[in-house]
Amino acid sequence: MIVETGHFALVLALALAFVNACVPLWGVVSRDDRLMQVAPSVALAGFFLVVISYAALIYAHLTSDFSLVNVVENSHSTKPLLYKITGVWGDHEGSMLLWVLILSLFGAAVAVSGRAMPRDIHAAVLAVQSWIGAAFLLFILLTSNPFARIANPPMDGMGLNPLLQDPGLAIHPPLLYLGYVGLSITFSFAAAALICGRIDAVWARLVRPWILIAWIFLTLGIAMGSYWAYYTLGWGGFWFWDPVENASLMPWLAATALLHSTTVMEKREALKVWTIFLAILAFSLSLIGTFIVRSGVLTSVHAFANDPRRGVFILAILVFFIGGALLLFALRANSLKPGGFFAPISREGALVLNNLVLSTCCATVFIGTLYPLALEALTGAKISVGPPFFNATFVPLFLPLCLLMPIAQTLAWKRGDLLGSLQRLFFAFACGLGVMLLLVALRGGPAISILLAGLAIYTILGAFSDLATRIFRRAALLKGSQVFANAFGLPRSAYGTALAHAGIGLTLLGLAGVGWGAQKILTMKPGDVAQVGPYEIVLESIGPQTGPDYTATAAHMAVRSGGAEIAELDPAVRYYPVRQMSRAEAAIKTVDFGQIYLGISKGEAAGTVDARLYWKPLVTLIWFGAIVMALGGLCSLSDRRLRIGVARRVRRIAVAPQAAE
Amino acid sequence: MLHTTLASGRRVLAIICALFLALAPTLAFAVTPEEMLRDPKLEARAEALSAQLRCMVCQNESIDESEAPLAHDIRVLVRQKILEGLSDSQIRAYLVARYGDFILLKPPFKPETILLWTAPFLLLLIGAGAIALSVRQRLTAPPANALSEEEKSKLADLVGEEK
Repeated sequence: MIVETGHFALVLALALAFVNACVPLWGVVSRDDRLMQVAPSVALAGFFLVVISYAALIYAHLTSDFSLVNVVENSHSTKPLLYKITGVWGDHEGSMLLWVLILSLFGAAVAVSGRAMPRDIHAAVLAVQSWIGAAFLLFILLTSNPFARIANPPMDGMGLNPLLQDPGLAIHPPLLYLGYVGLSITFSFAAAALICGRIDAVWARLVRPWILIAWIFLTLGIAMGSYWAYYTLGWGGFWFWDPVENASLMPWLAATALLHSTTVMEKREALKVWTIFLAILAFSLSLIGTFIVRSGVLTSVHAFANDPRRGVFILAILVFFIGGALLLFALRANSLKPGGFFAPISREGALVLNNLVLSTCCATVFIGTLYPLALEALTGAKISVGPPFFNATFVPLFLPLCLLMPIAQTLAWKRGDLLGSLQRLFFAFACGLGVMLLLVALRGGPAISILLAGLAIYTILGAFSDLATRIFRRAALLKGSQVFANAFGLPRSAYGTALAHAGIGLTLLGLAGVGWGAQKILTMKPGDVAQVGPYEIVLESIGPQTGPDYTATAAHMAVRSGGAEIAELDPAVRYYPVRQMSRAEAAIKTVDFGQIYLGISKGEAAGTVDARLYWKPLVTLIWFGAIVMALGGLCSLSDRRLRIGVARRVRRIAVAPQAAE
Repeated sequence: MLHTTLASGRRVLAIICALFLALAPTLAFAVTPEEMLRDPKLEARAEALSAQLRCMVCQNESIDESEAPLAHDIRVLVRQKILEGLSDSQIRAYLVARYGDFILLKPPFKPETILLWTAPFLLLLIGAGAIALSVRQRLTAPPANALSEEEKSKLADLVGEEK
């Protein structure tokens, strides 16, 4: 009964989505306030229906209701509770439902928070959001229904893929989807702006918090995915330039570019056409990512052709929304007047450069990901585009951007003083250079790592030099009160920018650390000692382990540093009988910012293990940097102008557009 | 065992793919101690080379990372060729002759891949060109809100009066 309720709620949500896709839009066109007012309540109702539906699916998984195909295929009665819940989004049907849940969550959030927005924009945003919702609800109900029953329920299910039985599953997909799908709101805003013909600084200010929210989640989601891969794989790789990863990196790059271009639009009313285009592009890339991942086109072009129903459906959604938005864009973009004037060397100019580089990076990832598919489909020739390609193209594009980042932060709006900016960055630059020289003199190491370390130090210090100048301005003789007054007077978005940019620097520093790592791969028996970097690893014993739904072989290892034991670690290799699969369980000890990373697999001879031992200095900074970036985003989100400015100002501006700024 | 050819997807891709496509990957190690060369210099060369070679039955995995039987065979083959004294490029050429370009994770520069390799830099140039063009247009065209002669004289009058 509960399952049927969930199913029914989903169908009802589809019906409401159709209502909300049409009625408010009709209101916008006919300027009928009453029709527009329908939108928020219907969006909220739709959201609650999807929540009910999702709760019903969770209930089915919790109670191991094996009359549902979805539960049979992905669950098992012995599965631990956490994975019964998180397993709901561990499969295709459930994760698509999560997709729609988050989509309608964002719709509901706009419905609630946007009551002070210009009414036509508000209605149009919710209508466009409902269009997307309707398309994906239809997709779920027609091709991937999680509530489908099975005629003869089996006694038990097939279990969840052991790779997914990890706390990472609880966090990674929801975070990533909040980012991925959060971009739908910026898309809806862009479409609404085009429909209503309001493409101005007010629009930029309205959409900015949503871009920030999506960007924060996307940043965290990607970082979380990377860390999950790192600790699950047994050898500590964290980024593979894999199509699935690229599918999340592309929207991130576009959203980052969008975040920067809306700043220009908000402050100076410039780059309007480009910003709207980017907003459409960012979500389009999310859709393309969904298509790449969902359609099976990844495994091979042929896998896609074998079961094309889902793939073709998503492709149709993709063509409809991207095509429709671009058509709208083409019809309206010409009517836009160019905005504020600025000199090439200025904050705006630097942000244009940022957008140029980020879009090129994004295009590079796009081409690298899809080229092999296109080539095979067109000529039949098979090529591989792997990490070496991206290292040779993406990296040289992206790194100079880090060099420019601090300079852009210190440039003034409208007309900047390049020489003055460079002077202000002298300290940061000197420190970066100093670190490089010190490393060459004292430590040695791969050139790329030394270069990265120097760049990282420069980026981190450079990120704060603008803040420092502004805080200590007019504070001759370091008068404390003036310094505090200056510090509190600065907008939080300035701190946000500094933090986010420093986060990039931290990540770079973590990447640089790879060059000073150490590894040992060897067969070990109890009593053996191996030296990895500055640490000694002793294999003390090998023994069996049992878990709720697996058996394991675990090695007990002691880590010694300078004779003293600093940790005892138990790397293991687990075997899951339900799926007849094994997975390595690495053991990790964090020392400062680095990690000692130990993994094992069964050795050839009895009583031995094949061990992979690593010392990875600074490695945690890679993800810590991403967290700092997200914190920067959060700081920016709490900025006064976004917190309270929107609601009060918009009303005034809506009456008298000249009053902006 | 389901999907034996796909069973070697061991990385994030495998995780996410498993999430989405319900593949059945297994986790184990790639390079085993038995395969490794005694000479650490040669072994380092073998590993660097392996990282550039695709495990052709896996999804976007190098043979250095994969534990598929084919990846094992090629790892052993690469090490054998290193011991025979072949250079890296000779080994690559040998493998391409046997398995085709598909084995190279870094696609060779050929007519089919010209677009792939040049596109990033072409796009950067085109973008930069478009920006330069629009900047020049902006610079040559007077700003839309510039004052007309009449307004200028009026302004001069007003400022003059102030004094």
